[in-house]
Amino acid sequence: MGMGIGIRDQMAKRAAAEIKEGMVVNLGIGIPSLVPNHLPLEINVMFHAENGIVGMGASAKQGEEDENLCNAGGYPVSLVSGGSYCDSVIAFGMIRRGIVDITILGALQVSEKGDLANWIVPGKKIPGMGGAMELAQKAQKVIVLMNHTDKAGNSKIVKECSFPLTSRACVDMIITDMAVFHVTEKGLVLSEVFQPYTLDQVRESTACSFFCK
Amino acid sequence: MKNRFNKITTVEKVLDLFHDGGTIMFGGFGGVGSPPSIIEGLLNKGVKDLTLIGNDTGFPHIGIGRLVANGRVKKVIASHIGSNPVAGQLMTEGNLEVEFSPQGTLVERIRAGGVGIPAFLTDIGMDSDFVSTNKEKVVLEGRSYLLETALSAPISIVYAKKADEYGNLIYDKSARNTNPLVAMAGDITIAEVEEIVEVGELHPDEIVTPGVFVNYIVPTEGVNWKWVWE
Repeated sequence: MGMGIGIRDQMAKRAAAEIKEGMVVNLGIGIPSLVPNHLPLEINVMFHAENGIVGMGASAKQGEEDENLCNAGGYPVSLVSGGSYCDSVIAFGMIRRGIVDITILGALQVSEKGDLANWIVPGKKIPGMGGAMELAQKAQKVIVLMNHTDKAGNSKIVKECSFPLTSRACVDMIITDMAVFHVTEKGLVLSEVFQPYTLDQVRESTACSFFCK
Repeated sequence: MKNRFNKITTVEKVLDLFHDGGTIMFGGFGGVGSPPSIIEGLLNKGVKDLTLIGNDTGFPHIGIGRLVANGRVKKVIASHIGSNPVAGQLMTEGNLEVEFSPQGTLVERIRAGGVGIPAFLTDIGMDSDFVSTNKEKVVLEGRSYLLETALSAPISIVYAKKADEYGNLIYDKSARNTNPLVAMAGDITIAEVEEIVEVGELHPDEIVTPGVFVNYIVPTEGVNWKWVWE
């Protein structure tokens, strides 16, 4: 994504700080998959996968891959003690029922009202929404991890999403390479600016207004 | 091995059930838990113009994606085709019709088909024109929902770890995924399995899919593709 490892880890670490003891958490692909590396060892968290795992563990070690134990992306993982398997209807039932406490996912655009667009770039191939709509609509807390701007330098935080929506008013928190925002009833609230950026730089790179904490 | 219910057969025999233009519902998620030997048999038999119903189109060389990549498929009903670039290319060229359903909605539609429910209500996708257009809306207790219809198929193909002669099935870890649902939603269901045992050998409490849903059991010849991480 053109970002240094350090920045990706910084974003993942900030997201990890939102995860509390006993939570059920679903992670998207990309930077969200780095989040477990930043959790304290003593915390008890169950990672949920849409294909039908509660209690997904770390990636399988080389040579220990089991094709019948994979994450939703098709890559081999492990199971933690207390983990379980279920069918995909049950896995999505957990999401719709609100049992997933946090989902951490990537985005193409997020609006100041927390609208999320993360599945179609107009004019490009349509990959399909997968489980993004269920997770965005029904997880208790939706955290977006994304670059602040796209490759052309356009802000991905916008007043209104121009890309097709995944779900309306669903995002609670945005963590970018520059800053952290919370979506509130009065609008976006900037809570943190990452080094080496300044508040002015964040303003210049953000295509909507926001409040400062 | 006894065959008291005449369900145990071979891939070769069950291939007679598949024809050009037919509809097949398949188990599996990202290729994991899709029946490799039946898919290989379908490729070799040369059936074409298929309609496929299942979670996703796998990868070009893994799972059901092999049929798509070989141009045997005219339509898929799925939640995702992103891991199979050939599927995306065929769709763009107009050579593959794709009907997308959100993943949880898709599997629930399959479950509904499998348990005799014609449709159900959900608010998933209400904010997406892509999902909600042309779907009936139902207001229940003041809230609006989409009416999502059941999916079933003349033939379902699934993958399981173990079957007994009656077709009672148990699955292997995350390879369970959509298989128990797809197994219920076929008019005819074929289970490709790693191991076949006599009735009575599976503990009744461990059976996930009761054999009433399974018509044929075929032994697998194992996975004949390289996994994406290999």
